[in-house]
Amino acid sequence: MSESQNGAVVVAHDVTRRYGEGDTAVDALRGVSVEIAPAKATAVMGPSGSGKSTLMHILAGLDKPTSGSVGIAGTEITTLGDNDLTKLRREHIGFVFQFFNLLPMLTAKENILLPLTIAGEKPEGGWFEQLVSDLGLADRLSHRPAELSGGQQQRVAIARALVTRPTVLFADEPTGNLDSATSAEILELLRRSVDEYAQTIVMVTHDARAAAMAHHVLFLADGTIVRELGESSQHEILAIMEEVAAT
Amino acid sequence: MTRFALRGLAGRKLRTALTAIAIVLGVAMISGTYVLTDSINQAFDRVFGEIRQTSSAVITGKSAFDLSSGSGVTDPTFDEGLLQEVKALPGVAEAEGSVDSDATQIIGDNGKAIVSGGAPNLGFSIANGASRFNPLTLVEGSWPGPNEIAIDKKTASENGFELGEEVGVQAEGPVERLPLAGIFEFSSGLTLGGTTLAGFDLPTAQRLFNKVGKLDEIAIASKPDVPPAELVAQVEKILPPATQVKTGEQQAQADAQETNDFISFLQTFLLAFAGIALFVGAFVIANSLSITIAQRTREFATLRTIGATNRQILGSVLMEALVVGALASVAGLFLGLLLAKGLFQLFDAVGFTLPNTGLVFEPRTVVVALAAGIIVTVLASVYPGFRATSVPPIAAVREGASLPGEPLDRLRRTWLGALVTGAGVLGGMLVVSTTPGNTFVSIFLAVVALIVTLFGCALFPSRTLGAIVSCGLGFAALSYGLFASGLGTTRVLLWMGLGVLLVFFGVARVTTRLIPGLASFMSPVARWSIFALGVLVWPFFTLPYWLLRRGVWGPGGSAARVGAFLLGAVINPVVLVVVLGMALLKAVSRWRPEWPAEFPGVVPDASTARVGRENSRRNPQRTASTASALMIGLALVTLVATLAAGIVQTFRGAVDDLWKSSESDYGITAQNNFSPIPVDAANAAARAPGVVAVMNVRTGQIRVFDKTIFATAVDPTARELISLKWKDGSQDVLANLGSDGVFIDDTYAKENDLRVGAPLPVTFPDGATLFFTVRGIFDPPTGGSPFGNVTFSTKAWDARVENPRNLYSFVAMKGDVTDENTRVLEKALAGFPNAKVQTREQFIDNQISALNSVLNILYVLLALSVLVSLFGIVNTLVLTVFERTREIGMLRAIGMTRRQVRRMIRHESVITALIGAAIGIVLGVVLAVLLIARVEFIDFAFPTVQIVVFVVAAIVVGIVAAIFPARRAAKLDPLQAIAYE
Repeated sequence: MSESQNGAVVVAHDVTRRYGEGDTAVDALRGVSVEIAPAKATAVMGPSGSGKSTLMHILAGLDKPTSGSVGIAGTEITTLGDNDLTKLRREHIGFVFQFFNLLPMLTAKENILLPLTIAGEKPEGGWFEQLVSDLGLADRLSHRPAELSGGQQQRVAIARALVTRPTVLFADEPTGNLDSATSAEILELLRRSVDEYAQTIVMVTHDARAAAMAHHVLFLADGTIVRELGESSQHEILAIMEEVAAT
Repeated sequence: MTRFALRGLAGRKLRTALTAIAIVLGVAMISGTYVLTDSINQAFDRVFGEIRQTSSAVITGKSAFDLSSGSGVTDPTFDEGLLQEVKALPGVAEAEGSVDSDATQIIGDNGKAIVSGGAPNLGFSIANGASRFNPLTLVEGSWPGPNEIAIDKKTASENGFELGEEVGVQAEGPVERLPLAGIFEFSSGLTLGGTTLAGFDLPTAQRLFNKVGKLDEIAIASKPDVPPAELVAQVEKILPPATQVKTGEQQAQADAQETNDFISFLQTFLLAFAGIALFVGAFVIANSLSITIAQRTREFATLRTIGATNRQILGSVLMEALVVGALASVAGLFLGLLLAKGLFQLFDAVGFTLPNTGLVFEPRTVVVALAAGIIVTVLASVYPGFRATSVPPIAAVREGASLPGEPLDRLRRTWLGALVTGAGVLGGMLVVSTTPGNTFVSIFLAVVALIVTLFGCALFPSRTLGAIVSCGLGFAALSYGLFASGLGTTRVLLWMGLGVLLVFFGVARVTTRLIPGLASFMSPVARWSIFALGVLVWPFFTLPYWLLRRGVWGPGGSAARVGAFLLGAVINPVVLVVVLGMALLKAVSRWRPEWPAEFPGVVPDASTARVGRENSRRNPQRTASTASALMIGLALVTLVATLAAGIVQTFRGAVDDLWKSSESDYGITAQNNFSPIPVDAANAAARAPGVVAVMNVRTGQIRVFDKTIFATAVDPTARELISLKWKDGSQDVLANLGSDGVFIDDTYAKENDLRVGAPLPVTFPDGATLFFTVRGIFDPPTGGSPFGNVTFSTKAWDARVENPRNLYSFVAMKGDVTDENTRVLEKALAGFPNAKVQTREQFIDNQISALNSVLNILYVLLALSVLVSLFGIVNTLVLTVFERTREIGMLRAIGMTRRQVRRMIRHESVITALIGAAIGIVLGVVLAVLLIARVEFIDFAFPTVQIVVFVVAAIVVGIVAAIFPARRAAKLDPLQAIAYE
């Protein structure tokens, strides 16, 4: 699946990102290298302004690094043109957003199937039905986003991200706009997608509970990776966060 | 993606509908124009077809060249002896001769001629009732016998004529009163607008029309086995000179030719205004789409993150436009049917009654109207669509994301802009100079070239540069069209049209830069003009409206409420009707207005004005586009008003010059001021006591140097009665033209290189070509020449023209203008109800009033584009309110009242309208100056009154446009507004 020796699906090497020029230039990333392991959940944590969102945007091809390289599924994406990037997104990338980003005029079903519709494809046999029942959306399919609760909307968004079976799913603060009970539910679903469908997930969050469901946790501060952890408890993560914030 | 686009539209019904209105109106104008002109055409074709239906062939007098009706000369007559020769031909079954006249006035009970605008007053000899050549059916009475009259049903019923009653009729001689023998209509029942019809038996008609022993026409029916072509061949052998024969079908087509020409002119004229409305509509649509697309940034970005390509995004925007365009065009198509009815009534109201035999809906109408509406909508959406494709996927994760900069880098855009603009300009030049210019294809190609050029100008990364290029090209095209020599009329119009559109576009683009300054400047103007208008309508509208609402729904004791209600009803009963209508609406619908309203005030509110002003400045591009739509309409209205003011001023000057230091006291013209009238009228005036001298000016068409031109003829008395500026010659020329002399105007002399003493070969309608000598050259006044290019003596003229007509006559009287003299002249003209006695001032005013009715039509037609721009303002405001929901909620939360919210929106609206008005008026005056610089016969005059009216109208547009959006904004619940995501 990848050229990387250890089978990583997303590989970034010495990525820097500088915004602005001259005196007002800000370095959001100062040489970050990461490898995202397949069929695992990786959480990216860090205080505000640490560069965690920038890192995810660059890994997902939404933003271009000032220097360094990023590969997804063996393709170097920093040099791709818009059309090739779009094609890559269709085949390999799924997104889950903090504000759900559902299209208000489409029903839940239409929203879920939208990536396939856009690509002019049909859902694989049974996959859509399985997703919908696993996510508990079976009786919500004909509803518009405005008629759904926040948790239901995010479940529709997750289904939309998974319907193409992407190589990697990027989640940007997926619980940032939800109450704690619903957050737990959503995190559970994301974790199940890793365990049951072998989905690779990269998630940016500052919620320690969210990071606790990940197999790997990366800590960013001032544009560099300062710590890496394996699967950890909420307390361990909180402790490290405090440590990182203090430095 | 299609479904996505459609669902998007369905989810934004109100916004979509508001956008669509801009197109609906333009398309309605197109379809209305076609329906109107097709219907008129059908009416005329049926009339002419019906008249000639039973004729296999028709003999008519043949003039040496084509004459237009109402020109003062008619086709020559021929001797009635021809009829017997025709009857003797072997192929002829039946033949009948007739005479006719297009100046047969029927006199109403009030002693005035029955006229309706420019519609002709036809008189003719009616074939004997049983004759197959008679297209008429008797409704009442019998066909007219000797010295009897029959008239058409419409004229009879509208004027209350009854059988046996004596009806006044006047053709060549003075009024005669003839008993009404019958009332008829066309067998098919069709009517001819304002045309009056009077029928007589042949000898009576010949006498009335001064055509004794003569015929205008012989209708022939062939024997059953003789085809029309063979009959024509037989007739041709016996034809005398100056006559011609045609088959019935050919004759019907020839009859219809002139009306067809007029109608195709009318069609082009109206379509031009439809084009203007659509152009304005394109601005409105481009603006609305730009706003909606900016608001949907996150939506587009999300689509990009889940794999939509740029092309798919563009496709979805274009698809939306296509659907909106199609729906709007269909709606416009049917609205056009109503509009056609309305136009019939409009023309009727201003005195040009048009014939109507039911509305005609041709497939061509459907195709052109739909195509125009859809194409304009889709084209207007291309640029906003490209902006949508420049939304990067990362915008999906940014909060409050706004549209990023332009898609291409500056240098590439500059080059691309220059390239595309250049291609458009080259294409345009090629199209205009190589194609005929008046065909559908060449106009279509010119429009395509224009669009390419505009697109090129829009591509420049600097708005100002693009605007300058567009304006520069526009003025270049305008100037070329105006000042280059040797261009035909259609090319001049095409160049001017393209130029004006380019200028509009450029000005619209550069307006963006001016918005912050203009908005600050207009804010106090808006504030105080709203205040002034508010104070003006307060006692008549605002107060009774409030009282009535208070009376119906207000709190308090019933005595106070009844009092309020009665008081309101007394002050303005119209408002009573409005309020009762609202009450009814409230009872039967879900509509729940707010009752009772606050006590109405008009005192301006500085704080809301300030917020409104800042709102109008915060998105200059949006304000500029919205204002530009109004700018276009006002520029055109101002252009028309300025030209009209110039024409009126110079015309007044010209008439003054003509009458200055002359002996003339009165002028005589037709009631409608322009139709030539029989010479007997002026001859009757000449016999009145106290008349010192009469000068007649005859008019008609002649042919000189292979061109048909208008000529005039004048009495020798002109030497004393008028004064001309002579380039070569003197006043004496007027008296000494004799039977072979003419004088000409300077322009005509220069065009044809003529000097005094030069021979001039003149062909008259009867076919005779005679040589005349140029005796003098005069300099026509700028306001329009009182004479044609060539002027004869009346003596020479009358020798060649049957039944000559006067365009006007001047009369000098003992004692100049006195009430007594006026009475004497009017009495002398009593037998000629179509003749009108006027003093110099009346003469000028009457001529100007003809101009005013043309102006009124232009204003009504241009009002359509102003209406489109009004909807543009409504649309922008609705979108803005939607976008600022949170903000308005916040303002309400910190204590802004509903009325203040409404005022804030209204203030923004009026500022926008005023900016559009200011730029439009300036541009209109500039365009008028340019045009006047070319057209030598108009001086510049500033139409102050009209401009004030236009500014007030713009303010009213601003106020009206704000009503609905302001209500929506005021209704927002502060809590929900803040929670709105």
